[in-house]
Amino acid sequence: MIRKIVLGLAACLALAACGQSDKAGAPAAGAQIAGAGATFPAPLYAKWAEQQRAETGLTLNYQAIGSGGGIKQIKAKTVAFGASDKPLKPEELAEAGLVQFPTVIGGVVPIVNLPGVQNGQLKLTGPLLADIYLGKVARWTDPAIAAVNPGLKLPNLPITVVHRSDGSGTSFLFTSYLTAAAPQWATVGANDAIAWPTGQGGKGNDGVAGYVKQTPGAIGYVEYAFAKQNGMPTASLQNAAGQFVAPTAESFAAAAAGADWSKAPGFYLLLINQPGQGTWPITGATFVLMHKAQADAATGKSVLSFVDWAYSKGDASANELAYVPLPAELKQRVRQSWAEILGPDGKPVFTPAAQ
Amino acid sequence: MTLAAETSAAATPRRRSAKGAGFDRAFEILCFTAATFLLTALGGLVVSLAIGGWPAFEAFGLRFFTTATWDPVRDVYGAAGAVTGTLVTSAIALLIALPLALGIAIFLVELCPPVLRRPIGTAVELLAGIPSIVYGMWGLFVFAPWFAKHVQMPIMMSAEPGSFWEKLTTGVPNGAGILTASIILAIMILPFIAATLRELMLTIPAQVRESAYGLGSTTFEVIRKVSLPYIRTGAIGAVMLGLGRALGETMAVTFIIGNAHGFPTSIFASGSTIASTIANEFAEAPPGLHSASLIALGFVLFVITFAVLALARILIGRQANL
Repeated sequence: MIRKIVLGLAACLALAACGQSDKAGAPAAGAQIAGAGATFPAPLYAKWAEQQRAETGLTLNYQAIGSGGGIKQIKAKTVAFGASDKPLKPEELAEAGLVQFPTVIGGVVPIVNLPGVQNGQLKLTGPLLADIYLGKVARWTDPAIAAVNPGLKLPNLPITVVHRSDGSGTSFLFTSYLTAAAPQWATVGANDAIAWPTGQGGKGNDGVAGYVKQTPGAIGYVEYAFAKQNGMPTASLQNAAGQFVAPTAESFAAAAAGADWSKAPGFYLLLINQPGQGTWPITGATFVLMHKAQADAATGKSVLSFVDWAYSKGDASANELAYVPLPAELKQRVRQSWAEILGPDGKPVFTPAAQ
Repeated sequence: MTLAAETSAAATPRRRSAKGAGFDRAFEILCFTAATFLLTALGGLVVSLAIGGWPAFEAFGLRFFTTATWDPVRDVYGAAGAVTGTLVTSAIALLIALPLALGIAIFLVELCPPVLRRPIGTAVELLAGIPSIVYGMWGLFVFAPWFAKHVQMPIMMSAEPGSFWEKLTTGVPNGAGILTASIILAIMILPFIAATLRELMLTIPAQVRESAYGLGSTTFEVIRKVSLPYIRTGAIGAVMLGLGRALGETMAVTFIIGNAHGFPTSIFASGSTIASTIANEFAEAPPGLHSASLIALGFVLFVITFAVLALARILIGRQANL
């Protein structure tokens, strides 16, 4: 009996040991890569992985533990790549010996619950949105709102501000926009977790959407993909060119296309308030982080070929899931940047085929 | 198996060879290791929480416990808001759950027809098996809207402008806030308290109750004057067990409490608890003061829960010795 227990324990330990070596991202014979990080691109990465497994036999084990977790994991070298919605600054990259590049574009959209107001009818400017989130503009009948919405009949309701309660790249992008667009937001700042001056916090996109749906007069912000898939009524925003634009795949793509990536070392660029007539002002890419020096060339090669495949053949599934693919020119720029990801032999681990 | 081993040992005492004694010794060590392993893990947990949270304690000192500012942008953290939220929601949850649990226990032990005893008992126990996240989703999407429409709005509208009652009941009328979180917590801890109370009431010797009935007491008198005083100490322990669970409850509360840092200002206001703050922010917290402060919060929660549970053990132990 006891011998059985001991045997059982030994078996458990052996299993645990195997489990651990799997986690460490060691490249098994059939290419297998481990990644961890942002929740935002997780559905798309899963879709890409599924398609690639059928095609090339590559399996991806992606753990959607959050951007912060992804950064921690890649720094600790427990995964082959980390994923983050919040790009690391060039200094931080250099310090940790990492490189980063964007994979797909998303954005943040304000959602509202205003009885009698149709989807897209409400117009907002950056400073107005900041005043609402600061609690300074507290009723929908406020003259400041009427000034940008002439002719629109707004309900006489108090504004209920809803924000994310969990640390999130969505909050980071949203508050970065408020910081850029409205000087008064400087008192609060931009981060993935915020000391919100007012409002309620919902957990995750569905938590925010839940509160907004249940509260007449509420305003919140969610990922574009989430808003689109759930048919949430959104508001139009004024962009840097002074135009009021609706959140659509085109306006996100316009923001990505208008951006000057050549002046962004390490692809550190938030697509906030980009120039151009049709650009959506709260746009951002989600990033993959890798070590510059790959201890194992095969793993590095697997990760890059995964992304290379996604760039070449993954746009359709990205569109399908309401993500916005990168513009072709940016993809080319990223592919060139891979030349600095080196294996132990000092040679680039992956050279993309000429496009 | 134990029985077989005992009888064989008793039947053939001479067979206890040196080898057998050695095996006994090994067995003893094995059991000792199993018993102390948990204790070591617990100790390790406390130490690692203390070490992880130390930078926060060091940076903020006593202010960490007395201020309610929680600002990740400026790296300023105070636990008072979360601690207050935790204690307030748990206390309200207990206030709601305790009378219900007492009712359930008394009904099941004293009044219930035997046919119903089983189904009701099982139903109460089943409540304990529902995952926390399910309570959270149900609370957010089903309970909160219902609560807002049928409870919160009427109460808010009935409050006289300027009165203390109005201050106590201001909030966003969508059902998310301290009181809703407390009600969900009450439902979650109900089965634990009810089950423990029932067990306690079953320990009352039949002759004690029957003597009371023999003296001509009514059922109510027996319960009030004999049963309840008999289990009083243990009942406090049962309540503490429920409290311990309420203090640490995470997902359900996170979904429904509204997640605003700082002191809750009314029963319908948004608030936060220690567990909800950690659940919300830990995944994205960068290394540094933010992480350290969250770990320090965990340490505070551990100390509170440990104190409550230790008290419960002591009280229940006393009851058992009576």
